[in-house]
Amino acid sequence: MHESAAQVFINAFLANNFVLAMFLGLCPFIGVSGKLETAAPMGAATTFVMLVASLCAYGLNLLLAYFNLEFLRLIAYIVIIASAVQLVEMVLKKYSPGLFRALGIYLPLITTNCAVLGVALFQTAREYDFVQSVTFAVGAGAGFTLAIILMASVRERLQLSDVPSVAQGAALSFMLAGILSLAFMGFAGLGG
Amino acid sequence: MSIVMSATTTDRWDEFMEGVWRQNPLFVMVLGLCPALAVTVSAINALSMGLATAFVLTCSALLVSLLRRMIPKEVRIATYIVIIATFVTVVDYLIQAISLALYDALGAFIQLIVVNCMILGRAEAHASKNPPGIAVINALGMSAGFAIGLFALGAVREILGAGTLFGISLFGSGFQPWVVMVLPPGGFFVLGMWLLVFAAWGRWRQRRQARQAEATRHA
Repeated sequence: MHESAAQVFINAFLANNFVLAMFLGLCPFIGVSGKLETAAPMGAATTFVMLVASLCAYGLNLLLAYFNLEFLRLIAYIVIIASAVQLVEMVLKKYSPGLFRALGIYLPLITTNCAVLGVALFQTAREYDFVQSVTFAVGAGAGFTLAIILMASVRERLQLSDVPSVAQGAALSFMLAGILSLAFMGFAGLGG
Repeated sequence: MSIVMSATTTDRWDEFMEGVWRQNPLFVMVLGLCPALAVTVSAINALSMGLATAFVLTCSALLVSLLRRMIPKEVRIATYIVIIATFVTVVDYLIQAISLALYDALGAFIQLIVVNCMILGRAEAHASKNPPGIAVINALGMSAGFAIGLFALGAVREILGAGTLFGISLFGSGFQPWVVMVLPPGGFFVLGMWLLVFAAWGRWRQRRQARQAEATRHA
């Protein structure tokens, strides 16, 4: 089964959206989607880490396969993602202190974002080549950004409406996510 | 171990029930959501995931607690993650050896136990500060709470979405399955409904306590 790069992108971006169809990266999706101005940078930072992690995981997997050390894959991936996040943090701190302050605690928390590890694990399990891996990472990041921005926009509008107080908070967010997920099911089959 | 020995049975029971009920990881703290929603299309999948998570949580709590004086503070998070990843790899190969069908059903979500924030949270907040006995009891309670939560999600989704429980048909052949419940949106809806039920119940209990306090003050 060989998918073209465009198919991989559409699949990761819409048809199998990481958040709404595969339930990856839910913690930031629920936690950071309160305001639009934090949701958008969060999406961008996650996309970037996904791309770096995907590149590193691709090289690392070749190395582990060469030495027959596949059982170390999980440990190696998690360490490399943690290092990638640290690197992004240091680069941002040096060249863009404003953005660094805006992201705050959410930046180190990307390490435990299962969507990032998910990208690395899925690209290995599906045996993607280099181009496919990179488009997969970008598509997944774009899908995550789209979902979190949609969610933040809906929640900003919802603050003005009259919701029963019992339902406020997490319960309401999950109902909203369910409706968004229902809408995204319309994209099923688009990636072929 | 002296602390464990001197602790009374009720203390230990309290420590255990902390995770099962008062601080239920899924419904009260809302942690570990990704596996909770992705694998709960059936009750049996949910229970297997609960067991796998319980194994990783308990073993890593024990090891973190044993090593708590040896781990330098600066690299503790990295150490915890490596310990957790080791046990997840063990579970991954174990499930593969026991049942290949189950392994295919759970897929990458077994390996994603590594980033379950509940496990890292327990290691950092509890196991690193307590002796092994207490840490294990607490981890077992948390595991039980998580498994109960997963089962509550999986059972509702399987009953509504397929009309079965553990693969046994409940309603006979006339039942029209509510298919959306086993699809991704169903996961969000069912979890939202459970959170709603818990919020409503918590509020009702608070009001009742307030009424009782009022009554004793007047008496």
